[in-house]
Amino acid sequence: MRNTPLTQWHRQHQAKMMEFGGFLMPIEYAVGILQEHARVRSDLGMFDVSHMGEFSVTGRRSGEFLDQVVTNQPSILAIGQALYTPMCYPDGGTVDDLLVYRLDQTRFMVVVNAGNIQKDWQWLTGVAQEWDGVILADDSDSTGLIALQGPKAESLLKPLVENCDLGRLQYYHAAPALINGATVLVSRTGYTGEDGFELYLPKETTLPVWETLFASGARPVGLGARDTLRLEARLPLYDHELSRDITPLEAGLGFSIKWDKGDFLGRQALWEQKSKGLTRKIVGLRLDGGIARPGYPVMSPQDQNVVGQVTSGTKSPTLGYAIALALVDIAYATVGATLLVEIRGRKFPATVVKTPFYKRATKN
Amino acid sequence: MAEFKEGLHYTRDHEWLSNEGRVGITDYAQDSLGDVVFVELPAVDTKVKAGDAVGVIESVKSVSDLYSPAAGTIVRVNQALGEKPELINQDPYGEGWIFELQDAAPKDLLSYKEYQKEVEGD
Repeated sequence: MRNTPLTQWHRQHQAKMMEFGGFLMPIEYAVGILQEHARVRSDLGMFDVSHMGEFSVTGRRSGEFLDQVVTNQPSILAIGQALYTPMCYPDGGTVDDLLVYRLDQTRFMVVVNAGNIQKDWQWLTGVAQEWDGVILADDSDSTGLIALQGPKAESLLKPLVENCDLGRLQYYHAAPALINGATVLVSRTGYTGEDGFELYLPKETTLPVWETLFASGARPVGLGARDTLRLEARLPLYDHELSRDITPLEAGLGFSIKWDKGDFLGRQALWEQKSKGLTRKIVGLRLDGGIARPGYPVMSPQDQNVVGQVTSGTKSPTLGYAIALALVDIAYATVGATLLVEIRGRKFPATVVKTPFYKRATKN
Repeated sequence: MAEFKEGLHYTRDHEWLSNEGRVGITDYAQDSLGDVVFVELPAVDTKVKAGDAVGVIESVKSVSDLYSPAAGTIVRVNQALGEKPELINQDPYGEGWIFELQDAAPKDLLSYKEYQKEVEGD
């Protein structure tokens, strides 16, 4: 199992450690998931997400290459801009979902899920074999990543950052900066549904920067709360809402597919799926009797036939009731419909609700 | 550091049984589970054998079975856990009790010392 530059720190701070995506990661600290979750919603928290992978894609055809391998359109990004995108197989199934940053005219950074680093690397280098003018590098091992999330993230980070006007850094934009003399790429992105930042930095300076944030009052949050936060905000998690067998269209990510950019991997299959009409899709559920967990069957209330499956579920710390995402037959994917979820042999009513379950009040 | 309580009988699955027949999970168990958010209580008047799965404890991130530490009849359940499952975290040996067995027949259970050794030994 692999460590991050902060593994030792987590152990020294009473974190419960668990394997995630091949890394030993903090699931929660002594205060527990509920308090960590609440802290991010009302104040701020910091996460070690150094397990995420970072690839650099450089060369004169790097933008064109990325347009070919992902469904969104990285080539039109401005320098310093970021983009969320699925990456698909030719049959429309999802290889992974990524963030792509344009760092320069011919230089991009692709951020991949920890559990998919190897698979994505093989996939991307495989496709790139047919391309001249594209150079790939896996910088995952030398890169740390700290997420600082919550309504107070900007005010905590601002006095610590040099050479970057944090207040003017827009959502889904990134800029180089200095924190305590360490070079950091500050990105206004996150996976919690709150305002916040992700700091990409060399692994050597990850611990000192983390400690600087801690000394300024930021408290650590584990992957347990990261999961409940992202679920409330209805952000997909690979191998749950997206997978080899679930297309971005089924996951409700149509906004990240750019049909007009020309051909790309998966385009034909996705277009066919779209033209014929989806047969199933991810919906949000609210339950009041029990907690739906991944893998639990979803049934029709009329004939009790299985019409889908829960992909993620928990009791929402913010809302106080159980929420879930489920992949269900399209006939049942209507907001307001009542379905059944089987929990340990008993069937509980679940209402299809609008998502996100939680949306922050926006500034101004 | 997990807290252990004298005078209780313990199972290797981290349940405790009092001489009066009350059953709960240990401090070590509640700490390992994390924040408890839902408890599925057993039905009253159920006859159970030692080791029967009688209920479920759900934390934010996990679902765990609750086993009866001994044979007997379930005569009472802690209804307060419906509204406040967090009592299991806050007071695992007191307010966080889960059910009560009548005519409990404790067999092959661990003493407080043996249980402490079991937990701290690993």
